[in-house]
Amino acid sequence: MSDLRPHLLKRGPLLLTALLLCALPFYLDAFWLRIGLFSMAAAIGAVGLGLLSGTAGQLSLGHAFFLAVGAYGYVWLAGEPGPGLPPAVAAVLAVLLAGAAGGLFSPVAGRVKGIYLGVATLALVFLGHHVLLTADSVTGGFNGRSVPPLELGGFTFAESDPELTVLGVPFGVEERLWYLGLALFAVTWFTARGLLRGRPGRALVALRDSETAASVMGVHVARYRSTAFVVSSMYAGLAGVLLALSFRRVVPDYFSLALSVDYLAMIVIGGLGSVAGATAGAVFVTALPLLMTRYADQLPLVAAPGSGDGSIGPTEASRYLYGAAIVVILLYAPDGLHGLARRTRARLRRRPSAPQPPGTGPVPAAAAASAASDTTARAKEHTP
Amino acid sequence: MTGFLDSLLNGLALGSVYALIALGFVTIFKASGVLSFTHGSLLLLGGYLVAVLHDDIDFAGALAVAVLVTAAVAGALDRLVLQRVGGTDPHAAHVQTIVTIGIDIVLVTDLARRIGGDLLPLGDPWGSAVTDLGPVTVADSRIAAILVSAVAIGGAFALFRFTPWGLSLRAAAEDREAAALMGVRLTRVRTAAWCLAGALAALAAVFLVAFPAPGLERTTGQIALKAFPAAILGGMTSPVGALVGSMLIGLTEAFVAGYQSDLHVLGEGFGDVAPYAVMVLVLLVRPAGLFAAKGAARV
Repeated sequence: MSDLRPHLLKRGPLLLTALLLCALPFYLDAFWLRIGLFSMAAAIGAVGLGLLSGTAGQLSLGHAFFLAVGAYGYVWLAGEPGPGLPPAVAAVLAVLLAGAAGGLFSPVAGRVKGIYLGVATLALVFLGHHVLLTADSVTGGFNGRSVPPLELGGFTFAESDPELTVLGVPFGVEERLWYLGLALFAVTWFTARGLLRGRPGRALVALRDSETAASVMGVHVARYRSTAFVVSSMYAGLAGVLLALSFRRVVPDYFSLALSVDYLAMIVIGGLGSVAGATAGAVFVTALPLLMTRYADQLPLVAAPGSGDGSIGPTEASRYLYGAAIVVILLYAPDGLHGLARRTRARLRRRPSAPQPPGTGPVPAAAAASAASDTTARAKEHTP
Repeated sequence: MTGFLDSLLNGLALGSVYALIALGFVTIFKASGVLSFTHGSLLLLGGYLVAVLHDDIDFAGALAVAVLVTAAVAGALDRLVLQRVGGTDPHAAHVQTIVTIGIDIVLVTDLARRIGGDLLPLGDPWGSAVTDLGPVTVADSRIAAILVSAVAIGGAFALFRFTPWGLSLRAAAEDREAAALMGVRLTRVRTAAWCLAGALAALAAVFLVAFPAPGLERTTGQIALKAFPAAILGGMTSPVGALVGSMLIGLTEAFVAGYQSDLHVLGEGFGDVAPYAVMVLVLLVRPAGLFAAKGAARV
């Protein structure tokens, strides 16, 4: 028992959170479940973008394009017109398709670096949007297409078929998709953390901090850059599939530049280069406009949607807020929510211990962590 | 043949407007290493000011006020917000680039809210007048765009070449540290660069929404993004490259739109996205752009 306890203590918060998340569908109504669902999808996408922009230091504004590839890929592969594959197969293929799209872009992604890549990926969003609008037979044009529900071994993620009631709670679309989203998010969480803490993560961080030094240490620059791009697009594709399933209809105008900027906002607000941060940022950016819309009548300064020109609607209010959040966070807490949480934790942990002599600064672990996050905030580049 | 000449003139007019914006990008990038994503909102701000003011004071006065105010706003953004994130340190340029995205979100949201769903006329003196130039008919606004851009760009180049500020800017772009040691005030140089870029963006706004276009709308700012491919094609650090890139982009867009019927494989409205296609193609061959200085990494 004694060697189990530290293990439990370490894993405890994680287990507790997982249990809590599993229990939520029994207590929340569809509105909150939808918020959660969109947040989970956004979190998967944001973790992918975090790998690329936070860890590898490659700015990408093309995330909306890969989300679109995932979403539309699933809809086309699983639906009519289209091959009409089994939905589960279509979902897997859609993720691979998004990865392949990232791979096709890798001749550019591997060689163009930093903020240049941000501009190059702008092209993807605009070209992709154009294709979505014009390739009617595949994408349904301006009006988009409806999304066929996912099926897994006879179980459908839809309102019925089979009817399902667990502990007196009827399981509709939101409840079923909630568990699907949770499972997919768990996969994302563990794979992304594994990647970041393993050899690839270290290589990418080295690459971000100094390209020359990294290549001297044996990091294959172009290969790692394009791999990061491909992996990030696959996460985006997965997020796209989940988004399509939760929206039940995909339209081209959703996958615009504004969506890419939203994802960038998520990882900046959450703290670059951290999986937990990206998740927190995703929840913040996704839930804010929805909550504001719901509670518009109770908020000061915010008018109900469509109440005339010149008033601040909930969508605008939330855009003001997170636009300002990006600026404020980068001004005062460059490591985002994640860094704030870690510093608070370090401070709480320090307080009970013996008083330190003035000037020694934070505990070594925290110091090392904050040093690491400094480099996260300022991606270094050695150019003449 | 007239179709060809039409497209050529359209392309030149469009290219010269993009050149105004792209020159702003390049100036800012040379001075601070920041890619300014606020340009869309600065452009929108300039256009909005002209649209609101031209009834009270005449068009020329409104334009002058808009150019000055936009320049001041751009300078203030750099001095009061961007320079607080790491100052003039080149390593902070990435973070500052992301800050410009945040500023852009706030500004665009606010301006779009004020503009609403309307199309605002700018009250420019050219209206819908046209001139016959031999076989082709050109909108006066297009001729004005080419002439005014030529003058403004010539002026900017003269600033780079003949003023102390231009010398400081070029020195800072060449070697920041050495320039600082020689007494160049980096903060002032870059704030002035932002002001110049803001003024150029406000000027560009007027021609972007003049006659063939319907008027200022909430999405006008997005057009500024098309100057990104122009600046990237030129290699980001070269003003001449930005000019060439802008012309290339403008001509591509005009020709694709002009010969739309022959290019219907590419779909309706491909002209709007053609600049991006050109950019991807060029980046495939030359990842650093057409006119970039050869880079050498020092450890």
